[in-house]
Amino acid sequence: MKRLLALALLLLSFIAVAPAAAAPPQSYFYPFVNPYEATVMELPKEFEVRLPDKVPIYEFVVRPFPKREIPEVFWYENGLICSLVYQDHKAPLVFLVAGSGSRFDVPRMLKLQKVLYQAGFHVISVTSPTHMDFVVNAASGLPGIATDDAKDLYRVMDLAYQKVRDRVDVSYFLLAGYSLGGFDAAFVAKLDDQQHRFNFRRVLLINPPICLYDSVSALDRLLVDNVPGGMDNFDNWFRGVFSQTMHLAEAWEPGGLSGESMYRTYKRMQPSESNLAALIGLTARMNAADMIFTADVMNGGGYIVPRNVRLTSTTSLTRYAIVAYKTSFVDYFEQWLFPHYQKMEPGLTREDLLRRETLRALEGYLKGSKKFGLIHNEDDIILVSGDIEYLERVFGDRAWIFPSGGHMGNMFHPDVVSAITGFLKGKEE
Amino acid sequence: MKKHADHMPCSMSRVKGKGNPIMAKGAGLRLLMLVLIGLSLSACSTAPRVTGPVEPPLRRYEDFVKPGQPNMLDVKDSVEGFNRGSYRFNYYFDEYFYLPVVRGYEFIMPNYLEGRVSDAIDNMGEIRNLTNNLLQFNLKAAGITVSRFVINSTIGVGGLWDQARKMGLKRQTEDFGITLGHYGTGSGTYLMLPVLGASNVRDTTGLVADLATSNYLGPVAWINDSTFTYAYSGIYAVDRRHRTPFRYRQTGSPFEYELIRTLYTMKRDFDIEQSKEKR
Repeated sequence: MKRLLALALLLLSFIAVAPAAAAPPQSYFYPFVNPYEATVMELPKEFEVRLPDKVPIYEFVVRPFPKREIPEVFWYENGLICSLVYQDHKAPLVFLVAGSGSRFDVPRMLKLQKVLYQAGFHVISVTSPTHMDFVVNAASGLPGIATDDAKDLYRVMDLAYQKVRDRVDVSYFLLAGYSLGGFDAAFVAKLDDQQHRFNFRRVLLINPPICLYDSVSALDRLLVDNVPGGMDNFDNWFRGVFSQTMHLAEAWEPGGLSGESMYRTYKRMQPSESNLAALIGLTARMNAADMIFTADVMNGGGYIVPRNVRLTSTTSLTRYAIVAYKTSFVDYFEQWLFPHYQKMEPGLTREDLLRRETLRALEGYLKGSKKFGLIHNEDDIILVSGDIEYLERVFGDRAWIFPSGGHMGNMFHPDVVSAITGFLKGKEE
Repeated sequence: MKKHADHMPCSMSRVKGKGNPIMAKGAGLRLLMLVLIGLSLSACSTAPRVTGPVEPPLRRYEDFVKPGQPNMLDVKDSVEGFNRGSYRFNYYFDEYFYLPVVRGYEFIMPNYLEGRVSDAIDNMGEIRNLTNNLLQFNLKAAGITVSRFVINSTIGVGGLWDQARKMGLKRQTEDFGITLGHYGTGSGTYLMLPVLGASNVRDTTGLVADLATSNYLGPVAWINDSTFTYAYSGIYAVDRRHRTPFRYRQTGSPFEYELIRTLYTMKRDFDIEQSKEKR
């Protein structure tokens, strides 16, 4: 079924691509021309790089705030888990930062670990500062401002390395991240230039946003604009998508229910573009809602949770969930994050705070330092027009821009993989 | 590490010790007792504890949801305190007992043999599909089920190979929860069963009825030997978890309980709709 689908898509893309095929000079060929499809669909196996089945991996826990009392409602949280993939000889170590709302062990991270292991690196994988595990265990305040998230990340990276330094022989350090993780990496590198714990030799940004605020607004609009009849009609739309999915997933056993498995099942069919776009937007909205609620509880409430109440393991969270899923990152920024920062730093303007959320603020630094590299796609859905030209200008010959691939859909294409490993190894020339 | 009992919901620590989802004789009754005791003792509060003068939050529920406006996340859940405790218990049960056993099984067994076990278990479970298709007067599906059972038990060597599927006879999965829904029984309140996971009053009733059928007509009745009964129950439980990809906390969401509740309810509604369309 999947093969058939891949084949059908391949044929379709031939038809669609044929007239324009002369334009890109590269031999790079990518089967999905629609960026939403590219973002959601798995790359057919034939197009993917070969990876080892298993790599030596060690999981461990760090606690940046050992005295922190974790609220009872998060009874399953007990320190921030990180992982180390290790070589049995001296090698460079890559710190890998996950994308927005992702843990250190989501499928994409596991695959990237294999890519880097195969290229001869040790890898320490770190959960995104926007994931609830990070917010509960490692965030120093409200998450969402890149400069401050970078400080929390840097603290975690430092502790993580302390935990495993006896297990690995490290020649030097590198830093990489994808999506929001790539964005974070730039700010962490800046911090490292002041504190010099790692002295990263190279820093790779894979499909990062340029301006976080613009990217998350664009993602949220994918949801709001593509649910037919607007968000008041969300339930009906979702039920439709759900039953459409179920029809195709007859093999589903009751009890095998999770957002993850549903998303994966959905990937196997060929849904309409607006449904795909809405689904991408929904994933982003849910990630944001999870982060915002968690951050609110950890910081004493007031935004979604009332102040002066303690949520326990049996407290009903349904009403908070409903409100949280109606809250976008933009709402959170305008109504909660900005006033919160303004209280701490009187005189701070909205523009000042937004400047901490954009790579443009680091322009001179990124341009001047040879250690930065960038991988991106022309049709990435988190960028707005003009962004690609800007990135080419800033990163120059250290930018690898692919003509298609959507938001990270092509990450495990052999050409992209060799760009990743080539840059980190320092052999791109 | 804390003992399991510490993690049980407030009402459950008194009825612990039924760790295994044993499908043996009387297990259905025991299960029902367990649930009833659990429910009757359920006194966990679903309201947050107040620690000072409560200030309403900036984004209030009342401002976003008009009264009477339905929301997917709102599922009837009258014993939510118990359910949440049960969900927490299941997390630890999974982590420290169920999954380690399943991992051991997966380590010992070659993948090919795991598939044979699953097929054999499915074949023995056809009795449930037969009775429920008959109860829904879906004679075609009942016929397919009988053919499948005969083919798989003979050509498929006691059910080890699902030969019938290769002949185009698809498994006609039904259970008594769907049968009840088929005839218009409402789902009742949502239930998170200890060990067994997401359910509701209708589906739990169905589960007990299906267990009783299995006890009197199914594999347990064919071979009247307690060793077989325990072996079958044990393998059934391990195979079931082995085939269920769900892992607790995999969503990475503080609202995982709500998400499971909504998706389970939607899935069962969908199954019941399908059973009506089939006829």
